[in-house]
Order: sequence, then structure tokens, then C-alpha cells
Amino acid sequence: MKRLATATVAAVMAAAPVMADLVFPSLSYRTGAYAANGIPFADGYADYFTLLNERDGGIGGVMTRLLECETGYNTEKGVECYEATKGEGSLVYQPLSTGITYQLIPKATADGIPMHTMGYGRTSAANGKVFSNVFNYPANYWNGASLVVNHLLDINGGDIKGKTLALVYHNSAYGKEPIPTLEALAAKHGFNLSLLAVDHPGQEQKSQWLQIRRERPDYVTMWGWGVMNQVAIQEAANIRFPMENFIGVWWSGSENDVLPAGDAADGYKHITFHNLGDDYPIFDDVAKYVVDAGKAAGAGDQVGTVLYNRGFYAAMLAAEAVRKAQEIHGVADITPAMMRDGMEALEITEARMTELGMPGFGPSFAVSCENHGGPGTGAVAQWDASAKKWSLISDFSSPDMSVIQPLIDADSAAFAAENNITGGCN
Amino acid sequence: MLYRESGDFSETYKADSQTFPIKFDRYRYYAVLAFAFLVIPFVINDYWANAVLVPFLIYAIAAIGLNILVGYCGQVSLGTGGFMAVGAYACYKLMTSFPEVSIMIHVVISGGITAAVVTIFGLPSLRIKGFYLAVATLAAQFFLVWLFNRVAWFYNYSASGQINAPDRTVFGHLVTGPNTEAWAKYMICLVFLTVAGILARNMTRGALGRKWSAIRDMDIAAEIIGVNPLTAKLSAFAISGFFIGISGALFFSVYLGAAEVGEVFGIQKSFLVLFMIIIGGLGSIFGSFAGAAFMVLLPVLLKNVLVGGLGWDTALAAHLEFVIVGALIIVFLIAEPHGLAQLWRVAKEKLRLWPFPH
Repeated sequence: MKRLATATVAAVMAAAPVMADLVFPSLSYRTGAYAANGIPFADGYADYFTLLNERDGGIGGVMTRLLECETGYNTEKGVECYEATKGEGSLVYQPLSTGITYQLIPKATADGIPMHTMGYGRTSAANGKVFSNVFNYPANYWNGASLVVNHLLDINGGDIKGKTLALVYHNSAYGKEPIPTLEALAAKHGFNLSLLAVDHPGQEQKSQWLQIRRERPDYVTMWGWGVMNQVAIQEAANIRFPMENFIGVWWSGSENDVLPAGDAADGYKHITFHNLGDDYPIFDDVAKYVVDAGKAAGAGDQVGTVLYNRGFYAAMLAAEAVRKAQEIHGVADITPAMMRDGMEALEITEARMTELGMPGFGPSFAVSCENHGGPGTGAVAQWDASAKKWSLISDFSSPDMSVIQPLIDADSAAFAAENNITGGCN
Repeated sequence: MLYRESGDFSETYKADSQTFPIKFDRYRYYAVLAFAFLVIPFVINDYWANAVLVPFLIYAIAAIGLNILVGYCGQVSLGTGGFMAVGAYACYKLMTSFPEVSIMIHVVISGGITAAVVTIFGLPSLRIKGFYLAVATLAAQFFLVWLFNRVAWFYNYSASGQINAPDRTVFGHLVTGPNTEAWAKYMICLVFLTVAGILARNMTRGALGRKWSAIRDMDIAAEIIGVNPLTAKLSAFAISGFFIGISGALFFSVYLGAAEVGEVFGIQKSFLVLFMIIIGGLGSIFGSFAGAAFMVLLPVLLKNVLVGGLGWDTALAAHLEFVIVGALIIVFLIAEPHGLAQLWRVAKEKLRLWPFPH
């Protein structure tokens, strides 16, 4: 009740005349089959902006304002949220859903609003010549697929000829994204790929895992999300599939996914493009200015979890792009078009991350018009069930761009032809 | 006082059998049409079009289609989502294969293709009824979703399995694609809905509709008085499929612009449209509109009140929305099991006698 009352008061205050502010819509999902993963991301995204407001008074002297809108991972609600928030001066959309991303790419491009689909969305958006308003730095699905295969090469001494890799994927645009890359990599390295689709929401996977038990693939990789992850890991444990041979993409590797399986999940791996844990100076500030001040988003209990960190990182990249845009255009209260320029000129260096209190949190990279996709580097993390902790077991390394780049060029060229985009950089 | 027949004389059979025999009712209908065609297009903005009116218009077409099958002919169907997918994928294939043909024609042909598919899935209705038929149509739902996911030809072999609507114009104005003006989206849906409404209303009042009703009320009796169950049932499936196909085609091309079969045309869609006609009123064209309005507008309204107005937490509001919509459905069905259409009918009866009810 008290929370309701404060929320109402806050709303009345928020309804008072607004001054210039930087609006960040957060198309989150705290309900439905994907809420377990949607909540920590949304909390991290919100908390970073709260921290900036509380500690620094916004970005470049302009306060930030977060507009949260519940999508439930549903594309129709996503469209409604987009239409409801775009008029408020929204700077950048991060829908955290590949389905909604596909929906919004043409709309946002037509409205001149940039989108940042970090590690998801349409992979070929990495080609900025065609997708002027869409960014997916620092990594995308095809990088993830290549990193999984690279890890298999590492642990097999560089030869995986004749091995079998099974892909358990969410039967949607999201899950289907890595298939072309994995097929190309299978041809290159001579391994067999077997595909197992899991339908939304993924609660029922008995037949897929029965097939895995029968076919005994050497490795299983997973493109899952929401409740599907927990179920898959539990099913893998049930058929006693060796967990160290089970590797998820970055969306299939949060605490929420492995905890339900208990000790049986020990050894499960996932690929990540940013660092894990809460051992960074900035989290002291989060504790001081956000959590202890009672301003944390949601229940405030997600700080330092994998997906919280990812949301936090996404917000950090957005805030840095705002700074860049302010610097380029010399205006503090920027427009979405300026934000786009800021994102395209974004440069993240190790020095800057250290300055922000996040040393080594993500890769150093520079975005350019030709490359909206960043370096695509990633590392492998492994779950330790007794310590309830993820730890990195490899260094951050690069994916096999010799396979990925031609695929990006082909897919973006197809999109450009379909939509009569001439594109190009000036 | 209102709705008074006195002084309203019919001089011809035609005047006597028109859709709205009462003058006041008829003028109200013209006023609604004039408002929809002449006022809304000039004041509509992106939010109203994309979040409220376009989905309402499209769902209303789907509800009319399902109402013909379930409400008028009594054949339960749980395959609406899959049938809408047929319309959407047919429209996509036509749009990409024959870009020079008008989108209006594509939408109509998509309706025709859906009608053919639905008729095939309607064949079991000749032998089975009730729950068993519901299960057969449920199988159609799952089969169709599986098919569109499985066969890459349907989505032109795109890597993600998504279908995207290319830009298409009607009379030089874009109606699909991201640069479409709000009014153009609204108008194309409104035109289709108006035609669908008039067609459905007249069909259900004519010989065909009477045959459907006869089958619904008692199929053996209907057969004895000379209604051929084969043609009656299959025509209901075909015509219902035609409207549902049109709504699916518009849903994909005009409203969403990109779609993925499992997510957009899943089993939830079948239930949503079924709820619309149950709440609106089975066997009523007005009920289809009222039910679609109820199910589309209420969640948006609640969200705007709770989150926009009161500033509640989005998750709390989303959960509460489920509770409120669910509770309202139960309340409505207890208070009036025949749906909103029946409430409307009762209200009209009351208004006829008002202010002297005795």
C-alpha cells in the first residue's frame, strides 16, 4: 500500500510541467513466460539512469527520464508501447525482443529514431550502410554462434570434424537467427549440425530431449529465452547430458536459468560479451545512490546478476552515446537524430570504462557507419552450482568474421533490395 | 420516445425489410458511418491508429467471420489464429510474387485462398459436432502454424522466418510499410470492415443465413425441411474463412508490417477472437463489433489509466489488467449470458417505451 501511495505521489509530481530531459523508453516485460529474464534487464537499465540522475544530475546537465512500458514480449503490445512513447522525444529503443525489433526496424527508421539491439535483433543490422538507424554493437547472434564453435575448437585442439552439435532453439525469429551461420561453420569445420526447435513458450521439451538422448550429440548449444532455458537445463540434467558439453548463447545463461536445476546444473556454460559479477567500483555507487536510497527499480535484489549487468551495460552504452551526441552537436538536450549520430560515432575505450568505474566490463570498440556491429568478442562462462556463481573460463576472443561478414553482406543486401534502400555512407 | 415506430410507415416491401427499419436507428447508423469516414480520418494520429482503431477494425472483421461460423451456423472453431495466418501468408506471397497488382486485390484473393483452406478443414464438420469438431479445428490451428514455420517457401526462405510487408499503395497513397500515414491505414481497414459488415448482415438475413440458423438450432430438423447440411455447413466455413482471411491479411500487411506465425497467429489469437464473439454476442453482427471493441480497447484503456494516469508500476498494472478484464468478462456473462448485443437489444426495447413503460 505504501509503495502504491508513493508511486501515485511520484506520478502526480511527474505529471507537473516537465523541463528538458533525455527520454529513454524501456520496453520491458515483467509479466509472462519471459519475465524471469525480462525483470533483471529492465532493473539494470533503469538503475543506471537513476544513478546518473542522483549522482551526476543527469547527462551533461540534463536529467534523464525513463519511460517504462510493459510489452509482455508480445509484438502487438510492443507496437502499442512504441506508438505511446515515441511522441515523448524518445532517444533510443531497446525492446529486448527480436520479434519486436523486426517490427520496429522499419517504423523507427521512418521516424528517424535509433534502435540499439545489443546482442539480439536482426544480425545483418551490423551493416550500417543499409540499416542507418539500427545498431547492434558490441556483439550479435552470429558472433555468438561462431564463439560457441570456437570454444568447441579450443577444447578439441582445433579439430571437430565428424562431431555432432545439436542446436536447441526457440522456434521464432530469435532462435532461427544463428542457423545460417552454424550451417556455414559446419561446412567449414566438418561437424554435423542437428536442429531441434522448441515452440513458444518452451515449457514442453520432452520430445526434443528424448531425441538428444537417442542421438547422443557430442555438444548441445541453445538459443533459448525465458522459461525455456530453465526447462532445457532441467531436461538436460534429467537425461544426464554432461553439462560441460551444453553451451548456451548469452540469453541462455542467467542465474534464473540454472538455479532451478540445483546441483545438476553444475558445469553449464554460456557465451557472454560483457563481464560478470558485481566486483566493480560503480556498484558501490549503485548501492549508495540507488539501492540504499530506496530508488532501485523493481525489487532491487538483482544487482550483479548476469542480466542486470547486461541491462546496466546497455544503459551505459546509451548514456555514452548521448555524451558523444552532445559533444558533436554542442547541445545538451539532444534529439533522436542527434542521438543516432552519437551512436554512430561512439567510441568505448578501456580508459573511459575505468573512469566510469567499470574497468574491463565490456570490449573496447569504435562504431562506424560501415560497422554498427562492434567487434563481436566474447568469452565463455561456467556455472558453479555449489558457489552459485558464474565465472569466466576463457579470455575474450574474436569470432570468425571470415564466415560472418559475407552472411551479413548477403542478408543486408537482400533487405536493401526488398525495401529499395540505396544506402551507403557519406 | 426514442426508437418509436409510430409515424414511421413502410410503403414498400423493400422499405419494410431493410436492415434498420426504425428511422431513428437508420439515421444513427448513417451518422456513425459519416463520422467514421468523414471525421476520424482527419483527426486520427499514429497512436490512435496503431494502438486502438486499426486493431479494432481488423479484429471486428475476424469476429464477424467467426460469428458466421459459430454464432449463426453453430460450428465451433478454435482455428481462427491459424486461418488468419493463412490469410497473412497468402497476402505475403501474393505481394512479393506480383508486386504490380493492387494490394486491395491481393487482400481479397487472400480471403479467397483462406476460404478454400477453411472449407477443407470444415469437411469433418459433416460427421462430427460440438466438442469433437472443436478438437478438429484445434488440430488445424496447430497444423497451420507448424506448416508456416516449417516450409521455408512460405516466408521466401528468409533467415529469420519472419515475413515483412513491402510498401504498397492504393490510389497513390501508401497503405503498407513504415511510411504509411495513420489515416491511410485506418481507411483501408474501414473500407474492408464496412463492406464485410454489409455483406455479412445481408447474408445472415437472407436464405443462406436462415439455412445456417436452421442447422445451428437442430440439424436433423433442418435436413428434413430440405436444408442440405453439406452446402449449408461448408458455405458457412467458406464465408467465415473469407472474412477471417481478409482480417489476417490486413493484420499482417497493414497493422503489424512484420509477423512471425507462432507468436502472432498462435492459439491465443483463436481464443481472443472466440472471446470477442462470446462477449459481444453469438449470432449478432453488432455483437462482433462490440466484442472486438471490448477486447481491444479495454486493455489499452486500463493501461493508460493505471500507468499513464495513476503512475503505477508497469508490472503491477499488467497483472491487474488481467484480473480486471477477467472479472469483467465473468460479470458480463453472468449479468447477460447473451453478450453485449443482448444488452443493446434490451436497452433498445426499454428506450422504445421510455418514458412510459406501462
